[in-house]
Amino acid sequence: MSSIEERVQKIIVEQLGVKPEDVKSEASFVEDLGADSLDTVELVMALEEEFETEIPDEEAEKISTVQSAVDYIKAHS
Amino acid sequence: MSDKKVALVTGASRGIGRAIANKLIEDGFFVVGTATSEGGAAAIGEALSANGAGKVLNVADRQSVETTLKSINEEFGAPVVLVNNAGITRDNIMLRMKDDEWEDVINTNLNSLYRVSKGCLKGMTKARWGRIINISSVVGTMGNAGQANYAAAKGGVEGFTRALAREVGSRNITVNSVAPGFIQTDMTDALPDAQKESLLSGIPLGRLGQPEEIASAVAWLASDGGGYVTGTTLHVNGGMFTG
Repeated sequence: MSSIEERVQKIIVEQLGVKPEDVKSEASFVEDLGADSLDTVELVMALEEEFETEIPDEEAEKISTVQSAVDYIKAHS
Repeated sequence: MSDKKVALVTGASRGIGRAIANKLIEDGFFVVGTATSEGGAAAIGEALSANGAGKVLNVADRQSVETTLKSINEEFGAPVVLVNNAGITRDNIMLRMKDDEWEDVINTNLNSLYRVSKGCLKGMTKARWGRIINISSVVGTMGNAGQANYAAAKGGVEGFTRALAREVGSRNITVNSVAPGFIQTDMTDALPDAQKESLLSGIPLGRLGQPEEIASAVAWLASDGGGYVTGTTLHVNGGMFTG
């Protein structure tokens, strides 16, 4: 089983079409990884699927960096 | 779960909605039609038989929308075609219009688009394919005395269509409106004869439209052939308004 960090990284690479080495923990989806607002919604949808969880809208809006995604998943799995 | 593409048609128990549901079935979709009453939903289920289902849905009620969409997703799969058709009229001249006549029409005919479309967009985004078709009205463009509430809602529907089309185009989801003129349904059967006659004099084709003629326009927008059309309003009105 891969770590949560690896699974999150893989999803970000797939969803945003970026290189794995660019997915640094402090990277912001919009500012560093070129995501638009619809991409970030889709990213959250993909995370929900991978980790079999439902992320409420008000929480989803706070997930804006790689680290915040990892933190959310760790806190809720 | 259906292995066909699932289409959701609101207000499908009669009139234009029923014709749309039938046409989409012909075109190979699995169609979920909704009605506000249990009896209406059961009748839809019976009429659509193996290729569709009837569900109770009050588009004016947030909770009803959430519950019904959830059960549709679980039973048949997420709809990738949404026809926002459910609508009501509460006609009155402005000086006599009551708050509830205004609010009911805005809520059922316009606020419903926000609720139902939002609920269906996730599935369409995932599928990277979607069609949202909103049933507007020629009245939304031309106006009509005694229908300020209805015209406001339908004008709103067309603005919603243009904005959402720009928002979700990159996901291969198209959003369009079909604006019927005067179509022979329960809604227009209720008009007084004198008003019908004066209406006909303003329609170059000299007749009311049939629900099936709206359904064809909707079906085309839902088809692969209609895939490059988005953000527009398709007028189907016998020439009474020609942009």
